[in-house]
Amino acid sequence: MERRGDTVTAMSADTVPDADWSTVTGWGRTAPTGALVVRPRTYEEAAVAVRDCGARGGIARGLGRAYGDAAQNAGGAVLDMTALDRVHAVDAAGGTVLCDAGVSLHRLMEVLLPLGWFVPVTPGTRYVTVGGAIGADIHGKNHHVSGSFTRHVLSLELLTADGRVRTVAPGTPLFEATAGGMGLTGVILTATLRLQPVETALMSVDTERAGDLDDLMARLTATDHRYRYSVAWIDLLARGRATGRAVLTRGDHAPLDALPARSRVRRSPLAFRTSRLPAAPDLVPDGLLGRTTVGLFNEVWYRKAPRCSRGRLQRISTFFHPLDGVPHWNRVYGRGGFVQYQFVVGHGREEALRRIVRRISARRCPSFLAVLKRFGEADPGWLSFPVPGWTLALDIPAGLPGLGAFLDELDEEVADAGGRVYLAKDSRLRPELLAAMYPRLDDFRALRAELDPRGVFVSDLARRLAL
Amino acid sequence: MKDAFGLPQSLLVLGGTSEIALATVRRLVARRTRTVWLAGRPSPGLDTAAEQLRGLGAEVRTVAFDALDPESHEAALGKVFAEGDIDLVLLAFGILGDQAHDEREPLNAVRVAQTNYTGAVSAGLVAARSLQAQGHGSLVVLSSVAGERARRANFIYGSSKAGLDAFAQGLGDALHGTGVHVMVVRPGFVRSRMTEGMAEAPLATTPEAVATAIELGLRRRSETVWVPGALRVVMSALRHLPRTVFRRLPV
Repeated sequence: MERRGDTVTAMSADTVPDADWSTVTGWGRTAPTGALVVRPRTYEEAAVAVRDCGARGGIARGLGRAYGDAAQNAGGAVLDMTALDRVHAVDAAGGTVLCDAGVSLHRLMEVLLPLGWFVPVTPGTRYVTVGGAIGADIHGKNHHVSGSFTRHVLSLELLTADGRVRTVAPGTPLFEATAGGMGLTGVILTATLRLQPVETALMSVDTERAGDLDDLMARLTATDHRYRYSVAWIDLLARGRATGRAVLTRGDHAPLDALPARSRVRRSPLAFRTSRLPAAPDLVPDGLLGRTTVGLFNEVWYRKAPRCSRGRLQRISTFFHPLDGVPHWNRVYGRGGFVQYQFVVGHGREEALRRIVRRISARRCPSFLAVLKRFGEADPGWLSFPVPGWTLALDIPAGLPGLGAFLDELDEEVADAGGRVYLAKDSRLRPELLAAMYPRLDDFRALRAELDPRGVFVSDLARRLAL
Repeated sequence: MKDAFGLPQSLLVLGGTSEIALATVRRLVARRTRTVWLAGRPSPGLDTAAEQLRGLGAEVRTVAFDALDPESHEAALGKVFAEGDIDLVLLAFGILGDQAHDEREPLNAVRVAQTNYTGAVSAGLVAARSLQAQGHGSLVVLSSVAGERARRANFIYGSSKAGLDAFAQGLGDALHGTGVHVMVVRPGFVRSRMTEGMAEAPLATTPEAVATAIELGLRRRSETVWVPGALRVVMSALRHLPRTVFRRLPV
């Protein structure tokens, strides 16, 4: 069957995709809603699913790592894209890959690292799909150098509401609406990515401690440009003079000559090694991660970090994806789930960042592994999150009393400072603030109204925020 | 859509003049709720309630609804759901009746039963179907501790609430896994118009306290909420008392 540029027609019964009614949540396990989860195995089945998704529409879903309700669609269809997981072609000389949208970054690393290539951008987990990475326009520790994920997308194929498959190139309005568009412009079927060359599968990492927030920001500002990858873990439970103390981990892919001679890693420098602990149990009592436990964890984390170490070799999985080592780590927050709050404020708005950090610290939010990073240049996605400035991300148990109102206050601070919150993490933003945070929102709405007049593509996030 | 804390953006109150319901709506409007439907028999009281909520910034509409006329429920609720998703349905209508009087006038007793139980069965099922079709939403049912174990002093009301409570629990189980959440709220003695002039029972509470408990229950996705919480323990003990002892209790 022809799929490019044509309306897909003539379906036989055996191409009807698997479908199952079930409740769906994001990674934060809040706000479950019921949907028909459809698992297309071919592009044709995806087209059938979009055609048949009914009055309440459909939305593509990858590995479910968006924290909030971005990949949920109450009463409608959720297209589980993970069966479309083929890596079609790797240009090992030129450094590009063409793959299905349901391929995970983990899979890409398995395929590409032995060939001497790495994904251009990876977030804190490699269990995200390429489609999700484009839909959320994810960023990684290299944002200040490499920008966000869609900067490295050379082309993508998008199944739109009219049943057509369009080839979308960077620089076009449809590309810019789709980059960070939370899946609301259509279903991404394939993408061609530009890759990052590496000599080894190891990272050379510098670690240092910063005693407080000002120290941290000064260090990041002064020396971030020397590193391809940079992030700071920040202890938001520390108070007083230690408010904002942090551990900076920064580094780059280790060159071959940095590996010790006659070692195992030297013999197979491009082997992708990971390790996994047992999965977190499903029944964890709410409130396990309280101030005491998290405070203790943060204290240990800070103390065990070397004051200053240079050139330590780490696996890719250890450096980028420490939490992937514990499958289902989101369960440790218990049945009540958790909220991840991530915002960015621009350069020159450091005072807003300081105020927010002080407020979180004063409120004693039990948040472990809060992350501070300096963003580089923004990319053109209309709803793309990163803008040059400071981004802070923190996890908080959803059951914390008064949390909703507290985060609303932080939103106001962020919006007043010209900043924004990250839609891929959001599960609770006040809809009225969205237009101020995303100035291209009207363009996005207009494009959707034209491209998808019946509103086929819709998600709980889109309903909640009237995207 | 509800947010991560279970806070609704749109809600429908069945029994739009209920004090508990209005206290709950005020609380929710202060957070995320923008659209409110008040369903009830057309009355100045309903209009006043709507006006007050508008003053808080909500977009409020009223819809004619009579618990005693189950045939009309489909149309009344259908109209509301046709206008858009409803994140929370608050089933709040109910009458207390006058036990002594109603024992002598069986038709009055039947009215209590029809309002509190039959009407709720009809409205609850109609609402549940719409909620299930949209794949999300909460149905909050105002039951009562009186339904936990019927007392001599108000067994007509108590039995109607017992029926309602059992119905709502079953409905909650039926809807489990559909994305729709059913929450049974069992307040004790609530100081309100309904109980005006009555002797206060121990652990008496207020509509505002019930509203607070409902907001908390939504956040936790609770299936049962006691207000105040201590009633859960108290009623658990009372439930197991032998009849001969329970009959003699001064409650």
